[in-house]
Amino acid sequence: MTNRKSKKILLNLLLILIAVVTLAPFLWMISASFMHDGHASTYPPSFLPDKFTLTQYTKLFTKLDIATNIVNSFILSISVTGISLFLNSMAAYAFTKFRFKGKEKLFTILLSSMIIPSQVTMLPLFLMLKEMGVINTYFAIIIPGLANIFGIFLIRQYAQAIPDSLFEAAKIDGASDFQIYSKIFLPIIKPILVTLALFTFMGTWNDFLWPLITLTDQSMYTLPVAMSNMMSEHSKDPELMMAGSVLTILPIIIVFLIMQKQYIKGLMMGSVKE
Amino acid sequence: MKINIKKYYSGFGSKKSLLIFLSPALLAIFSFFFIPVIAAFIISFTDFSIYALADWNYIQFIGFDNYFRLFDDPLFWTSLKNTFYFVIVAGPLSIIASLTAAILLSSKTTLFKSFFRLSFFLPVVTTLVAVAIVWRFIYHPNFGLLNYALGYLGISPIDWLGDPNWAMPAIILMAVWKSFGYNMIIFIAGLHNIPEQLYEAAEVEGANSWHKFRNITLPLLAPTTMFVGIITLIGFFQLFAEPYIMTQGGPLNSTLSIVQYMYQEGFRWWNIGYSAAIAFVLFTIIFVGTIIQLKLKKND
Repeated sequence: MTNRKSKKILLNLLLILIAVVTLAPFLWMISASFMHDGHASTYPPSFLPDKFTLTQYTKLFTKLDIATNIVNSFILSISVTGISLFLNSMAAYAFTKFRFKGKEKLFTILLSSMIIPSQVTMLPLFLMLKEMGVINTYFAIIIPGLANIFGIFLIRQYAQAIPDSLFEAAKIDGASDFQIYSKIFLPIIKPILVTLALFTFMGTWNDFLWPLITLTDQSMYTLPVAMSNMMSEHSKDPELMMAGSVLTILPIIIVFLIMQKQYIKGLMMGSVKE
Repeated sequence: MKINIKKYYSGFGSKKSLLIFLSPALLAIFSFFFIPVIAAFIISFTDFSIYALADWNYIQFIGFDNYFRLFDDPLFWTSLKNTFYFVIVAGPLSIIASLTAAILLSSKTTLFKSFFRLSFFLPVVTTLVAVAIVWRFIYHPNFGLLNYALGYLGISPIDWLGDPNWAMPAIILMAVWKSFGYNMIIFIAGLHNIPEQLYEAAEVEGANSWHKFRNITLPLLAPTTMFVGIITLIGFFQLFAEPYIMTQGGPLNSTLSIVQYMYQEGFRWWNIGYSAAIAFVLFTIIFVGTIIQLKLKKND
């Protein structure tokens, strides 16, 4: 009995230890963002601000114009999410409910190409967008994000469980394909659309390499690119950088905390394939 | 009646609506994914450089020259070595950490499950660039939290990101911290699918925890482990933002990754043909790595 009990205590202590390690960087980030200049570079390190201040945040908004970058990040993440959800769900509808020659083959080709790392496409894509004259515009981010294979796969995975009879009934009643798509298909797949929206929003928000390549003006930067750029000038200002990190992470954390159930469910679904 | 439905059913997706539903997404994927992949392959056999950027007439096919050049390029070998170092150490560490966390969280004696699950998962969703900046300060040799904490254990300060021997371990530690929560969730799902009766039967036979783990959990978790192994491998070979933010590939190129080398050659020096060849080497490595893991699974 005591053995059981000590095991239980040990187990929970271990969990607490891991939680401290995972959370400490966040707690320090938040705390340091409210410190005065220089207060986070002392020894021994200060864990809490001696005098709570918002100067770092004010500096970010007044001197460094971080509001522009926040707006860029929001515009891009929302538009990529909206457009790709629309195109992916249409394609997924065709892949689940239409019969056409070579369907399975086409889908297999799409699926197996997911192994190709996106870095391979970046040079030609950059040249292409340069020819189109959209480098350093929102289109440079939106165009490659119009549709994606993972999104189609995830929706199809979910939609395959819908019984055909639902669609057949509507068909017999004379509904058009588009009516079936919008009135029956979309409402049924809503849970997976929410999950996919989360994935896409967070993915676009957090993306770094592609925006770093295609956005060349500070006024066009998304938050990660702006932060990376800021780091080169303010590597000696941990308090300011922590405030910027808080602003970068905050929207993601809020969205995640509200929708973590859908997120986790989708993550598990995406992993249970084949 | 059945025949009737069949007739209607085959009416599903007339050629016109097939075109309307399928072509936008497919067109986007073909134009902005497949065509660039093919183009990159072709470019990797050319001397596409900054001159050709202004006038494409300068482009010449040079056969396998870029690939031969890579073979003789010490910096490329360094980036290859660093990336393998990262993948081979961080990959297993991350998987072990996620499996441990998943098992702990699946135990019946665990309190506050959802709190722990949430805290372990938090690093996964947060912006890599932002947390890399946070970690850069945590690794600070004088003021950093890590050296301060290690001080209590009697370990003298380490210049984590400034010492060529420590920079990669520092990046590995941060990457494991950032990623283990993701695989943890997948492992939890896998553990959930193992029937409880198996453990109960084993207990009746007198099996201890280790026996149960070794003979029930691990074998039944094998498909999950393979999936986790493959996605971790694919993700980790694309290492970029962590070293870019924390070390810029330094010190002494000790953290220069394949993707960062590709980025530098392609987008800083505009050696586009050469950079495309690097990208294809990366693809080949990921492809071969995935095939090997799939083969290993089949032989089991």
